[in-house]
This record gives sequence, C-alpha cells and structure tokens, in this order.
Amino acid sequence: MRISKRRIALLVMAVLAGGPCLGQSGEETAATAAPAGAARSPMPSASTADHSKFKILQQSFASGPEVTQACLSCHTEASDQVMHSLHWTWDYTQPGTGTRLGKARVINSFCGNVAANEQRCTSCHAGYGWDDVRQPAPTNPAQVDCLACHDRSGQYAKADNMAGHPPLDPVPAGAKTITGADAWPVDLTRAAQSVGLPGRDNCGNCHFNGGGGDNVKHGDLSSALLNPSRATDVHMAADGPNFTCETCHVSDRHKVAGSRYDVLAHDDKGLPAPGMARDVATCESCHSAKPHPATLIGLKLNDHASRIACQTCHIPEFARGGVATKTRWDWSTAGRLKDGKPFSIEGFTQSDGEALHTYLSTKGDFEWAENVVPVYAWFDGQVHYTTPETTIDPSSVVEINSISGAPGDPASRIWPFKRMEGRQAYDTQLNRLAHTQVWGPKTDTAFWTNFDWGKSIQAAMDYVGAEYSGQFGFVDTHMYWPITHMVAPASEALDCQSCHAADGRLADVAGIYMPGTGTPLGGRIGLALLLAALAGVGLHGALRLIRKDDGKGCNHG
Amino acid sequence: MAERLVKVYSVFNRVWHWSQVGSIFVLLFTGLRVMGLHSLIPFKAAVVLHTAAALALLLLWAFATFWLFTTGAWRQFIPTRTGLRAVLRFYAWGVFRGEEHPYQKRLRQRHNPLQAASYLALKLVLFPAIWSTGIVYLLHGAWMHLDPGGQGLWLVANLHVLAGFAIAAFVVVHVYLLTIGHGFREHVRPMITGFEKVTLTPEQEAYLQTDEPGRLKP
Repeated sequence: MRISKRRIALLVMAVLAGGPCLGQSGEETAATAAPAGAARSPMPSASTADHSKFKILQQSFASGPEVTQACLSCHTEASDQVMHSLHWTWDYTQPGTGTRLGKARVINSFCGNVAANEQRCTSCHAGYGWDDVRQPAPTNPAQVDCLACHDRSGQYAKADNMAGHPPLDPVPAGAKTITGADAWPVDLTRAAQSVGLPGRDNCGNCHFNGGGGDNVKHGDLSSALLNPSRATDVHMAADGPNFTCETCHVSDRHKVAGSRYDVLAHDDKGLPAPGMARDVATCESCHSAKPHPATLIGLKLNDHASRIACQTCHIPEFARGGVATKTRWDWSTAGRLKDGKPFSIEGFTQSDGEALHTYLSTKGDFEWAENVVPVYAWFDGQVHYTTPETTIDPSSVVEINSISGAPGDPASRIWPFKRMEGRQAYDTQLNRLAHTQVWGPKTDTAFWTNFDWGKSIQAAMDYVGAEYSGQFGFVDTHMYWPITHMVAPASEALDCQSCHAADGRLADVAGIYMPGTGTPLGGRIGLALLLAALAGVGLHGALRLIRKDDGKGCNHG
Repeated sequence: MAERLVKVYSVFNRVWHWSQVGSIFVLLFTGLRVMGLHSLIPFKAAVVLHTAAALALLLLWAFATFWLFTTGAWRQFIPTRTGLRAVLRFYAWGVFRGEEHPYQKRLRQRHNPLQAASYLALKLVLFPAIWSTGIVYLLHGAWMHLDPGGQGLWLVANLHVLAGFAIAAFVVVHVYLLTIGHGFREHVRPMITGFEKVTLTPEQEAYLQTDEPGRLKP
C-alpha cells in the first residue's frame, strides 16, 4: 500500500516537474536543439536488441501513431502503462485534501493554464493529439508517443503547436519545435530504429524548456545539464558519474519516481541491498541519512541532515552553468504595440553572451537571473495550490502554491526554493485567478492574435465553464519551486557561516536555534555578569590606587 | 614556626592548572565565535577547536579528579568558615589601608578560606554546569527527535553560554586578585616553579628534611 501510494505520488513530478507550458518559442527561446544528433548525452546501450534489425521498423512511417503501433506489436503493455502515468494523465489528486491538481488543471505563474491553449501546451504531452484537456487524454493506445522519450537518433522532435505531433515533410515556414529551434522534417523510420533508454535530451526537451524557453521555469533544470561541468552538476558531469535523469528518477512500468506536489526529502527505506531496486529519488536513497564522515564536523553535519535538506547546503545557487532562469513575469504589461505591431526588448545578456527578452508584446515584462541564491523555507514535501476555484486576497501577494512545513514538525526540513514573481489576471469581482486564452491563431479571442485581455479571458472562462464576472485585473503572485538539481561538488557546498551569521542565509527562517546569528538571552545575561565582574575589579583597583597604598598587604590573594 | 620555600605545587598540579588555563582561553575565544560575538576565525574552525578543546579538558578533569582523590589533595578544597570573615574584611577594607593579608599559607592548607570556597564552587557548580550542558549540546543529534520545537536546544545552549560567561567572570576576578598581596609576579611564580613561601611547624620542617628533602629549597 505504502509503496504503491508513494509511486503514484512520485510519478507526479515527472510530468509536473518539467512543466511543458505555453510558449511562443519563435520569439521566446534560444534554439537549444539542433536538427540531427546534437547535444546528445552519452548513453551506452546495454540492450540485447538492435531495433534497426526489426522488420516492422523497416518501413516508412507517415505519422507518430504509426510508429507507436509498430512498438506495441512487441511491447504489448507499454501504452497501457504510460496511460496510467502522470506523463499521460496530467491529473493528480492530492492525498489528504483530495484536491484535483495536475498540469491539466492548475494555474501557474508562467504561461497560466493549458485549457483553451491545448495545441500549444500539449505539444509536450507524452502523446499525440490531446486537443481538449477538459476531456481525459486520448484513449487510443497508438496515441502514446514512444519516441518522445525513447528516440536516440537525436532528430525526433515535437512541433510546438500540433498537440504533440512531430513536424513532417513538408514543414510549414516558420515552424518551431518545443525547444524553440526551427523545425525540420523528422525521419520517423530512423527514429524508430534508434530507440533505447531515455537520455537527458529526451527528458530535457520538455523539462528543460518548460514555461516556453530554456530554464524559464525551474531554475535548476536547463540545457546546461545536457553536458554539464562538475561545478554545474557533480552527478551528471561526463568526468563524474555521468548520470542520466533516470539514474535517480527510476521508473517502474513507465511510472517515474519524483513528485512536484509530494516531494520526498527522506527515504525511510534506507540504502538498497546490492542489486535491489530503488523506487525513491532522494539524496538519501544513495547517500544514506548520515552521509558525512565521522569527524567532529561530519557528525555535526549529520545531525543537521534531519532538519536541513541536503539541497540547502549542496545547491548553493541555482541557474548555474551559464543558462539564466526567468525570475519575474508580468503579464499585465503585455499587449503594448509599436506601429500596431508586437515587439520585443532584449534587455538581459546571459553569461554566454546571448541576449534574452525583457519585454514581449505577447507576454509582458520579464526579469532573468543566473547563479541565483535560493529562498529558504520549512518544507514537509507537500505543496498546496491556489486553484482557479480558490478565493484570493488581491490586496496582498497571492501564493500560487504554498509550501507546507513547520519548524516543530519532525517531517519538515529547510529547503531551497526558486521564488517566481508574477502578475497575473484575476476576476476582480469574484476574487479568483482567471484562465486566459493566449494561443489560437485561428480565433479572434486569443491574446496573441488581437492583444485584447477582455476577449482572451472571457473566451478561456467560457471554455472551461467557470463563473466569470467579466471584470478582470492583475494581481501580484509568488510561486515556489523546490530546488533539487544542479548539485555542486562537495567542495563548493555552503560553508557553516553562510547560515551561522547575523545576516546569514536562513535569517528569515524562523523556529530554529542557530548559534552565530546573534547573542542569545543566556549570552546577554552572561555578558552583563562579565561586565559587572570587570567593573567590580576595576572599581576595587581604582580605589586601591586612590588610597595610594601599595595595597599589597602580605601573604597572597 | 619558620617560613620556608616549599614545593607545594606538584608537576601534575601545575600541568593541570596551565592546561586548564590554555583550554579555557581557547574555549572562551572559540565559544564567543560560535555564539557570534566576533568573527576572527571561521565558524567551522571555531566549532572544531571548541569541541576538541572541550573533550581534551574533560579528559584532563577526569585525570585531575582521580589525582585529587588518590593523593588526598582534595582536602585543599574543603571549605571552612574559620578566618573567612577576616579575609572578606581584608578585601573590602584592609587592602585599601595597607593592612597585612590575614591569611598565612600552610603546608596542608595553601588556600585561604575565600579561595577554598570559590574553587569549590567552581568545581561543584560552574565546571559541572559547563560540561554537562556542553555534552548535552554536543549530543543534540541524539535527542533532537524529542525536541521538535527546538526549545530544549535553546535552553541548553543558553545555559551553556551563561555558564561560559560565569567562568569568564571568575577568570577576571581570579587574575585581578593576583595583583593583591605580594604582587602579580610573586603570585604566578609558584604556579610555574612549584615553590611557595609557607609557614612550617618544626615537625613539618623536620619531616620534609628527612623524608622529602627535594620539596625544600635550601
């Protein structure tokens, strides 16, 4: 029971962590993937099957689903397994609260919502042709996209606006892939014959590019992880253990360990025996709960591990490796035009010299940052969402998701987070977050077509069938992203005094006694006592001097 | 009755004293760093030094306690009220008027009653307070599951810091009192050489001359 519950929970991350999302990749994104075989992570195959020798794959395929049909002739259960995974359902029911979450339902502070924008958003779905998230994902087994995760030819891609289908010959002018690169005609036969275990590029195509561009969303998942240095990611570096995503996010029957809503900091199963399967993606799963050596400091650090997440010290900064992350997205300023035409401003230069937009008519104002110091909070692994049904208080910052955890709770630890700041549309009468329709070139309601928020919001609210007053405004929002990737080498872990100092990193985290942050009560009383002693002997000595006696008396003091 | 230079502080006695001095200074310096009152050395170095010095001092105390009881030297710390009033009066009054210190050091009783009482308090109250809170503080990892709110840690840490300051206050008064009487150097020298001017009874003198001639400076 425990295992299956956990697996279901873990699996959530795989889809929601990566968060494919709306994006207008042409403007928005740097081309992070080149057409053929570029940026492939090393993936030595230990397979006993060479798929290029399979007769059924030696044909020319006319569509993605045709390839899947061929896969299913051997891998008979694969589609059924995928369709029960979060990569497919985009649907998650939170244990305890029973709240329905998942990418198909939540509103985030990046692109907002999937509903009414499906052709664009579901381009990162692990399936083909999901064009209405008000309905469950497609049920035809051939709609599962095997190649998105298993193509090893490096040239399979999903178009950014075809609900998950790849661009095929002839590719329309200006077409883009989900990574923002100019689209190319995909060779499905080559892709089908190349299949193998997922590499970083397979996961990264969606998970690095969530939010409409490289590293926009997470801050700790970016194309910098395709071939990272040890300083960027000690686990994934080629001169380190060279992990793929699946080394930690192990999968079982296509359910992948890891959850965005139910994060595990603690692995109570402990280290597996040799050869035993692991099904938890935590640091402890490999490093144990006492990873530091038995030195004076090592023992103390092991004590820390039950209150401080490993990530807090070992990921001192995120958005490392030369790829900036978006830290602020203000939708309220979107829609300004120059000579009646949308425009962009490239006001941020990334460390590799690339200029990133700080304004887009389609999306509003942005801020970016590299090597970002996280914010820290108590976290028990649970994340609660402000859903479209939640009543908000627009007079203060709305937390799109709130981090659950408390200092007195043994299950909570202090975790690092990326805090995304945003300004988003809401219903000013009903005080609820509003859906927006931004993508939809063939409608006259989509914001990116006519830059009219009134029409965009009305259309999206009608689409999902939500109550809407017709009045909208924009509200400040915060969204929190637990930081867990881009683990730095131990030599670059945070030093003690990063936190044990008056203005240390955890100065805003309440509820823990932390020496070095200021004189505690006992210290103030003690200091008074010491000063009294000094004053006493000072006075005594002064009196002796005033009396002009040598004051030595005789024997001993 | 004659005043003689007698070795009253054995080698162990002196090593114990000065090791204690050294470690207490290291502990005060590093303790203040850990508490955050200065940042002259890195926090981590302070924690390591503080812990190492504390463990070394605990070991020394264990040896010293054993030594005190096996040699009978613990008797030096038996408190007495006899003469206490005179000593107190001297520090509060006589010292300003050039009076003689009322206490004569003897072979079996080298501490004046005030000293005996303060050292006893140090050994029975302050030192136990510092090492008991220190050990509990150090072993926080073993009991933190019983203290999820951290109030226990707060209490132990504050008591430890308070005891540390109390010891620092003792050090201040202890050092200051060395300036009274013969003077600072005369007071410190015996703790280095071991020899101190002591009033001996003829019997004691005869005993020392016969059985422990090395303890008498000619």
